[in-house]
Amino acid sequence: MPDWIDSDVLIQQLLLGLSNGMIIALIALGYTMVYGIIELINFAHGDLFMLGSFLALTLVGAAMNCGLIDPALMGETSHWWLLGTLVLVCGIFCGGVNLAIDHLAYKPLRRASKLSQLVAAIGVSFIIVNIGLFWGGLPMEVFGGGGAAAAPKDFPSLVSDANLLGEESFVVLTWNDIVIFAVTIPLMIALTLFVKFTKLGMAMRATAQNVTAARLMGVDVNKVIAATFAIGGFLGGAASVLYANYNSTVSFQMGFRAGMDAFTAAVLGGIGSLPGAMLGGLLIGMVRAMSDQFVGTEWTNVVVFSLLVLILIFRPTGLLGLKQREKV
Amino acid sequence: MTTSSTTPLLEIRGITAGYGSIEVLHGISLEVREGEIVSLIGGNGAGKSTTLHCISCLVGLRAGEVRFAGESLANVAAHEIVGRGLVQVPEGRKIFPRMTVLENLRMGAYSRNDRAGIESDLEEVYALFEILKSRTSQLGGTLSGGEQQMLAIGRALMSRPKLLMMDEPSMGIAPLLVTKIFEAVKALRTRGLTILLVEQNARAALKLADRGYVLETGRIVLEGTCAALLSDQRVQAAYLGE
Repeated sequence: MPDWIDSDVLIQQLLLGLSNGMIIALIALGYTMVYGIIELINFAHGDLFMLGSFLALTLVGAAMNCGLIDPALMGETSHWWLLGTLVLVCGIFCGGVNLAIDHLAYKPLRRASKLSQLVAAIGVSFIIVNIGLFWGGLPMEVFGGGGAAAAPKDFPSLVSDANLLGEESFVVLTWNDIVIFAVTIPLMIALTLFVKFTKLGMAMRATAQNVTAARLMGVDVNKVIAATFAIGGFLGGAASVLYANYNSTVSFQMGFRAGMDAFTAAVLGGIGSLPGAMLGGLLIGMVRAMSDQFVGTEWTNVVVFSLLVLILIFRPTGLLGLKQREKV
Repeated sequence: MTTSSTTPLLEIRGITAGYGSIEVLHGISLEVREGEIVSLIGGNGAGKSTTLHCISCLVGLRAGEVRFAGESLANVAAHEIVGRGLVQVPEGRKIFPRMTVLENLRMGAYSRNDRAGIESDLEEVYALFEILKSRTSQLGGTLSGGEQQMLAIGRALMSRPKLLMMDEPSMGIAPLLVTKIFEAVKALRTRGLTILLVEQNARAALKLADRGYVLETGRIVLEGTCAALLSDQRVQAAYLGE
């Protein structure tokens, strides 16, 4: 290792990239699942993620007002029950909202051109961003931060911030990191098993591979699409709690950046592929962390998107993408 | 073959259908009785596949009616058709390429919940197409064209249909396998399955079937027993190359 790279710094950045990468991967799954089924890039997905984090912040505030948690102890002790509840509640909330979005905005356009659907998705994205702006203007100042609608809000640490490697260690590993793995890995395993072995999961794969044949075999395609939006939304909602807890701030604009990262991850891994989205998410997280440290934060977006362009030049279907067409 | 006076299993009366501003079927009628093999022959673009899609409710009717087992299919969704005992082996096979052979077959039984029945039907499909049994864990997309066709037929059989519709099962397949597939179709009829066969390969189809219909640009121009059609001069000139 060249001596200008400090091994402690490298390990720290690896950890940071891994943690953020897992969150990106969880969001990317929502993009890739919907694309796999209806070939729509759901631009509203990142903003849905933002909405989830706003609900999380609101619920934390409510828990505080009810005296369920003590603001002075945030970051000192761990509130596992609160974190678990938030992951579940925000997951279900985002799943439900995603279901509603599909029903109201995309379903009526199912037979319309792909372009109309794409424009609808962008429209939904704008609507959600503005709902976020409105939500941010409500009196929800929980732990300092800005009171203005557009200001980023502080999100408290729900688990202990103490360094698990000891006070002396340069590398910082906290429960905030571990929580991410403890939530994302089981979710990814559960999703993989669900898609592989359950009847609905089989129907989802069949629909993604050939809609007509799936219909002929008795698959109610609308039900499958609805399930896809619900599951993708759930993952995004769960990710939003992890993100807010890890990065300590939420803002009505965070969906754009997170959505961009996750969408890039999905394309990088091969859009439509679940393992691809997971791998892509991890890669984007890593590259971001490394670039922030060793190239400079101002160059990170350039590095990430250059990598994307390069990979698409040499592997147009992404890293784990599928071949374009099956033989006839 | 059968000339019983009971209602036909499948009855199509004057259906008109098309895509957008183009009308493909201009009022066709046909029927399939229980236990029959009926073939629908005709050239490219005559409307054969569209007819099957109308029966499968994938394409909406503009006029006319499709009745199956005495009931109208007018307000039935495409995914509900298979539960009624009507299944289609689609043109180009349309197997699920990234699912294994076994998964493809299980998808065929999607509308069923009788576990034991599904398992025994699986064995029957394997008995009919032995090659599938040795390939259970292979991905559908990696099979040869003929094997894919067998898989598509097997998948359709897994729904335990009363009527099996096949759209061009011989298309793009090695002649040896075509023979094998047509033999399998013959075997199926001895088990009491009713079959509607759409084919461009008119000679093979008419040799296999009991009765036939000739479709030309969206109209039925001829119908009769296969023996009669095979000896009909117009059929010979247009479809048998004699």
